[in-house]
Amino acid sequence: MKNTTKIAGVGIFLLIVFVMVPWAIAASGRWDFYYTLTSVALLSIASAGVWLTFYIGRINIGQGAYTLAGGYVSAVLVTQAGVNFWLTLPLAGLFCAALSVLIGLPILRLRGVYFAMITLVLTEVARLTALALPITQGAKGITSIPLPRELSLFGMTLIPDFARLENPKLAFYLMAVILMIASYAALYRIVNSRLGHLCRSLQQNEELASSIGVNISYLRVLAYAISSFYGGIAGASFVAISQSIYPSSFQVADSVNFMLNCFLGGLGFVFGPMLGTLVLYFGWDLLFTTGRYQLLIYSSLLIALMMLLPNGLLSLNQLRGKGMRK
Amino acid sequence: MTPILQIKGVSKRYGGLTAVNNVSFDVAKGEIISVIGPNGAGKSTLFKLISSFVGTSSGEVLFKGERISDLAPHVVARRGVVRTFQETTIFRSMTVRENVIVAHHLRSKATLAGFFFGTAAARADVQTFGASADDILGFLGLGDIRDELASNLPQGHLRALGMAIGLATGPEVLLLDEPFAGMNHDETMRMVSNVRRLRDERGVTVLLVEHDMPAVMKISDRIVVINFGQKIAEGTPAEIQNNEQVIEAYLGSEDDAIGM
Repeated sequence: MKNTTKIAGVGIFLLIVFVMVPWAIAASGRWDFYYTLTSVALLSIASAGVWLTFYIGRINIGQGAYTLAGGYVSAVLVTQAGVNFWLTLPLAGLFCAALSVLIGLPILRLRGVYFAMITLVLTEVARLTALALPITQGAKGITSIPLPRELSLFGMTLIPDFARLENPKLAFYLMAVILMIASYAALYRIVNSRLGHLCRSLQQNEELASSIGVNISYLRVLAYAISSFYGGIAGASFVAISQSIYPSSFQVADSVNFMLNCFLGGLGFVFGPMLGTLVLYFGWDLLFTTGRYQLLIYSSLLIALMMLLPNGLLSLNQLRGKGMRK
Repeated sequence: MTPILQIKGVSKRYGGLTAVNNVSFDVAKGEIISVIGPNGAGKSTLFKLISSFVGTSSGEVLFKGERISDLAPHVVARRGVVRTFQETTIFRSMTVRENVIVAHHLRSKATLAGFFFGTAAARADVQTFGASADDILGFLGLGDIRDELASNLPQGHLRALGMAIGLATGPEVLLLDEPFAGMNHDETMRMVSNVRRLRDERGVTVLLVEHDMPAVMKISDRIVVINFGQKIAEGTPAEIQNNEQVIEAYLGSEDDAIGM
C-alpha cells in the first residue's frame, strides 16, 4: 500500500514536470516561466546539499561558496581550455567536493553556531577570492560563455548542441529538472540506506556514535563533500544558462536562502528543500506587486511560518495524516 | 594467560590538577570488575582513559597486550573495547530498535557505497542486523518496546537500551558507566542480573564504574577502589568491605554506603 502511493506520487510528479508544465507554458505563451522553473530546479539542488549537512547536525550557511566555485570551474574550463560543458559539470562537482574536504576537515570539528558562523564567512571568502585571482578575471567576471556543445559517445548524440536548438529554454529546463531528479533520487537513497542512518546517529549524538565504532570525522567530511558536490553542480549549471559568472553571482544572501529553503520545506523530509525552494522563489516573486513592502511582508511571513510550522511545510502532510488516524 | 585488559600506571593531569594518578590493575577475561570511589575520586576520568575518550598524560592501557590508549574512540571500539554512557546518552529520535540496529556498525560487511547501491552483501547485513537487534532486545527484556521512540523511555529502560547499544557492537570488553545510577531496587536487581548474564551467556568481560555499593558488592568478582585519583585498594568484595583504608575513605560522607 505504502509502496504504491510512493510510485503514484513519483508518477504524478514526473507527469507534471515533463508533460503538464511544458504544455501549460506552450498554451499560455509564458516562455519566461521556463527560466524561473529552471532556476528553482537548480537552486533546489544546492539546497539539497545544505539539507544533507543539516542531516549530520550542522547548520550550513556556506553553500554559496561552492556554487560560486563550481560555476567558475565550469566557466574557466569551457572558455579557456575548451572543455565540453557536459564534462565540466561533474568536474565542477568533484572540484567542490575536494575543496570541501580540505575546508571541512578543520571546520567540521565545530558544532552549532560556531560552525554556522564559519560557513557564513566562506561565501564572502569565495567572493573575495574570485575578485582577486587572475584566472577568474576579477570583477569583470567571465562572460560570453558558449552554450553547451553536443555530447556524443561513439558517434551517437546523447545531448544535442544547445546553440542549434530551436528552443534552448526548454532544453535548459529539461536539463535542470533531470539533474534535480537525479540529485534527489540519490539523496533519497542516501537517507534511506545505512549511510543515512549513520548520519542521523551523528546528528543526535556524536559521542555515542563514536563509541559504537563510527568514524565520525570521516562521515562528517563525506556528508559535507556530497553536499558541496551538489553545490558545485548547481553552480556550473547556472553558469551555462546565464552564460556568465561574476564574483557577485552567488552571495551571502544566496547561502542564507539555501538554508532557508531547507528550513521552510522541512529538515525531516528529503523533498523538503525542493518544496521550500519552489515556495520561497515564487513567494518572493508574487510579493513583487507589494513594492517597497516586499521584503517586510516576505520576512514576516517567513518568521510566522517558522513559528507555526517548525518542522517545515511538509509536516502539514504528517499532521493531516495523524488527524485522520485519530 | 595474559589479562584481557591491563591498566598500567595511567595518569591524567588537567593543568595543575591530577585527576588520575598512576593507577594500575588488570582485568582477566570473563571477569566482572568494578571501580568504586567517593565523588570526585577520578572514576569517570579513569573510565574515559580506558575507553580512550581522553588521552593519557602518562602510562598506558593494553588490550590483549596491545596499546589502546590515545587511539581514536572508534578505533578502540573496533578493537573490541566499548563503553556505555552515564545518564541518558542514546539516539533520542530513533526507535529502540533503530538505536540497536545502527549500533551494529562494526559488524557490517558491506561498504557505505554498497549500502547506497543495495548490493547483496548490504541486504544480507540489513537482515543480520535486524535479527541480531531483536535478539539483543529480547535478551535485555526490551522486546515489547522495540518500536517506541527512545526519547519516550523511562530511566530504567534507557539504561538497558544503552547496554543494548553497547552489546550490538559485539564487544569483548564492555565498560559500563554507572549502570545502576538513579534506579530503584527492582530495576537495580534486574540490571545486576542482566550484567551477569552478559558475562555468563555472551562471554563479555565487564568493567563498571559505580556508586551503588550493595549492587557493586553483589555483582563484582573484584573491586578496585580509587580515592583522590589513586588506587587505594583492590580485591574481592569481602576483602574490600574489611579494608581499613576504604572504610576511612568513605567515612563521614556516606557511613552506610559501603553496604555493611
